[in-house]
Amino acid sequence: MNVNIKISEKIMETLTASIKKTEPNKSDKEILSGADAIIRILQEEAVDTIFGYPGGAIMPVYDSLYDHNESIRHILARHEQGAIHAAQGYARASGKVGVCLATSGPGATNLITGIADAQIDSTPLVCITGQVASGFLGSDAFQETDMIGISMPVTKWNFQVTKAEEIPTALAKAFYVAQTGRPGPVLIDITKDAQFDVFEFEYEKCTKLRSYFPVPDYEISKIEEAADLINTAERPFVLFGQGVILANAEKEFKQFIEKTGIPSAWTIMGLSALDTDHPLNVGMLGMHGNYGPNLLTNECDVLIAIGMRFDDRVTGSLDNYATQAKVIHLEIDPAEIDKNVPTDVAVLGDAKETLPELTKRVKSNSHPDWLQRFRDCDKKEFEKVIENELYPSTDILSMGEVIRLISEKTNGEAIIVTDVGQHQMIACRYSRFTKSKGSITSGGLGTMGFGLPAALGAKIGAPDREVIAVLGDGGFQMTIQELATIYQTKTKVKILLLNNEFLGMVRQWQQLFFEKRYSFTKMDNPDFQVVAEGFRIKTNRVIKREKLDVALDEFLTADSSFFLEIMVGKENNVFPMVPSGKCVSDIRLE
Amino acid sequence: MKKDYTITIYTENQVGLLNRITIIFTKRKVNIESITVSQSETEGIHRFTIVINETKEAVSKIVKQIEKLVDVLRAYANQAEEIIQQEMALFKIPTRVFAHGGKAEKIVRNHNARVLTMEKEFTVIEKTGYHSETKQLFDELEPYGIIEFSQSGRIAVSKTDKGISGLVGEPKDEMISEI
Repeated sequence: MNVNIKISEKIMETLTASIKKTEPNKSDKEILSGADAIIRILQEEAVDTIFGYPGGAIMPVYDSLYDHNESIRHILARHEQGAIHAAQGYARASGKVGVCLATSGPGATNLITGIADAQIDSTPLVCITGQVASGFLGSDAFQETDMIGISMPVTKWNFQVTKAEEIPTALAKAFYVAQTGRPGPVLIDITKDAQFDVFEFEYEKCTKLRSYFPVPDYEISKIEEAADLINTAERPFVLFGQGVILANAEKEFKQFIEKTGIPSAWTIMGLSALDTDHPLNVGMLGMHGNYGPNLLTNECDVLIAIGMRFDDRVTGSLDNYATQAKVIHLEIDPAEIDKNVPTDVAVLGDAKETLPELTKRVKSNSHPDWLQRFRDCDKKEFEKVIENELYPSTDILSMGEVIRLISEKTNGEAIIVTDVGQHQMIACRYSRFTKSKGSITSGGLGTMGFGLPAALGAKIGAPDREVIAVLGDGGFQMTIQELATIYQTKTKVKILLLNNEFLGMVRQWQQLFFEKRYSFTKMDNPDFQVVAEGFRIKTNRVIKREKLDVALDEFLTADSSFFLEIMVGKENNVFPMVPSGKCVSDIRLE
Repeated sequence: MKKDYTITIYTENQVGLLNRITIIFTKRKVNIESITVSQSETEGIHRFTIVINETKEAVSKIVKQIEKLVDVLRAYANQAEEIIQQEMALFKIPTRVFAHGGKAEKIVRNHNARVLTMEKEFTVIEKTGYHSETKQLFDELEPYGIIEFSQSGRIAVSKTDKGISGLVGEPKDEMISEI
C-alpha cells in the first residue's frame, strides 16, 4: 500500500511540475507536452494518416490528436490487429511509413501479429504504444505489459520512452530506422507520464547512426564478376522479390532483363514489379507457383536472385535446389547472403544503384531456346491446370475464373489485396498486373485476417487506385469487424469473398497428405450478406455462372464499398504444387 | 563440425540490448556457454563476449544477425587460437585443510592461484587462466571439500593491433575471420 501511495505522490508531483512549467517562458524554444510533441513529430515526418485505437495509457496522445485531426487523419479500427494490418496495407500501397497507435497491455499485444508480419515482409511501420506511468513500471499495474520484451524478437528496433524529453530523439530514430535499408517495424513504448510532462521541444530528423548502415556500399568488382557470369551463361534465370519494389527499381530491373533477355520469375512478394504480360515474365516461383519456373530452376546454369530471400516456400528442399547453377545474389541485407542458398557472387547494395551498374556491364543478348522451354512448360501447365481453373467445364464456379474476369475488367491496374490460403494462391497466380505495388499479401507470415484491414489501408494509401480485397471465408471471419471501419471511414474498398465453406488450403493438405481426414476444416458459416448489410455495406451474392459477369460489373462500378460473395467449388485444389519437403523439380501438376 | 567460438560484440550502451542479442541465440536454440558484458576501451561502447559451441556455418549466420541489429557496432567470431582469453574462478575451501601437512597449499601454489582472504573457517582462492586449468584445480581441490565455487565467463582480446575506436562509424564488414 505504502509503495502505491508513494508512486501516486510521485506522479502528482510530476503533474504539478508540468502545470507550473506551462507558464510562458522567455527562450525561443517551444514548451510542449510529450503528447503534443508526438503529434508535432508526426507532422514533421509528413504523416498524413494513422491507424489506431484509444485506451487509458495513450489518452494524452488522443487528446492532442483532437486538435489536429485536420492535418492527421486518424482511422479508428475495431481491433488493434485491424489497425496494424491497415497500416501495413497503407505502407505497401503508398511506399510510405505506416503509423499505428495503441494503448498499453491488450491494445499493444494485439499489434504483435501485425508487427511480426511487417518484420518478415519488410514493411516500414512505426507503432506507438502507451505504457503505464514510469513509476508503475514493473508493479503489474492495470494494463501493464512488457512491450519492449514482447516485441523485441519481431521488431527491427524498439525503445521505451519514460521521459518527455526523450520523445524527439526516439521518434526521429524510429522513422529513420523503419524506412531505411531493408525496411521493418519499429515500436516506441511511451509511458503515460512522459506523454503528460512538458519540455522544451526541438526536433531534428535522424539521418545517420554510427552503429547502423542501412545500405551497404556496393563493390564494382562484385558487379563485374556477376556480369562475367551472366555474359557467359547459356541458361540464365532471374528470380525477383519485393526488394525490387522496395528499392523503387522496377524500371532499372526491366532494363536489366530486357538487355540480357533473361527469363524472370517472381516470388509472391515480388508480384507486380514486372508486368504480368511482359514477354520475359515467366511466372510465379514456389510451392504453388508455375510449372516452368520451378522445374527449370534445376536446369539453369546461372541463377540471379534480386531482392529476394530464398524462403522455403520458394526453394522447397534445399538439398536439391539449383545445385547445378552458379548463384548471383543482389541484396541489401548482408544477413540474407548464404542464409539458405550458398552464393557464388554476392552483390550487396541498393538494387536501384546496383542494377544499372550491372546493366552497363552485360552484353545485349537473347535466349530464345531457353525461353521456349518455359513456354513449353506453360503449355503443359495450361492444359493440365490453368485451362480448367480459368475456363471450367463444369457448372461449379472456380476461384480462377473470378480472378480472370476481375483482371480483365480492371486492365490489371487494380490493387489486389489478399488474405491467406487457396484464394491467395489463385489470386497471385491468375491476376494480371500492369502496375507495380498491385499485389498486397501476407507472404512470409501467412497471416489469416490480413486481407480486409490491409485493403482498407491500401485504399487510403492509394486513393486513386481501385482496391479489391480478395478473401476466403476463413480469413474474412478473423477480422470481419473491420467492415465497420470501412463503413465509418467511407473507404471505397471492394470486398470479394470466394466462399468454399472450408479452410480450403488445410483441407487440400488433408486430402493429399492426411488421407482425406477433414479435421476441423468444414465451416458452417453465417449468412455473410446479412452480416455485411448489418455493417451497412452494399452486397450481392453469386451462385451461378450466368450472374457472375453482371455482378462483377456492379461490384466494380459501385461508388462506395461493396461486398460480393461468390460461392465457389468446395473441394477444388490449387495446383501445381511442390509438396512440402520435396525439391522444386518434383512439382506436381495434379 | 562443432567447435568453441568466441563472439565479440561492440554495442551502444542501451537498455534491453542484452535481450535483443540473446534472442538471436534462443531463436535458433543455441546454448550460450558463457557471456560477459563490460565497457570497452572506448567510453560509451559496450563489449559482449559470448562463447558458443557450434558449426562455423551456424556461427557465421548468428554473427550476421547480430551485426544487423541497429545498436550493434561490430561483431566478430574467433576460434581459441586467434584470441587471448582468460576466465577467473573463486574457490571457497575450509581453512583447516591448510593446517596439517600443507598438501592443499602445494596445490594452490602449483596452480599459480592466489589466496584472496583467509578467515578462521574458510579461505578464498582466486585462479585466473584457461577453462581447463580451472577445471583441473577444481578436481584437485574437490577432495578437500569446496564450500563454494564461482566462475566468470570468458573475457578475450584479439591478437591484432586494432581495437574498436578506429572503426566506429565505418561500415560493418569482415564479420567472421576465415578459419
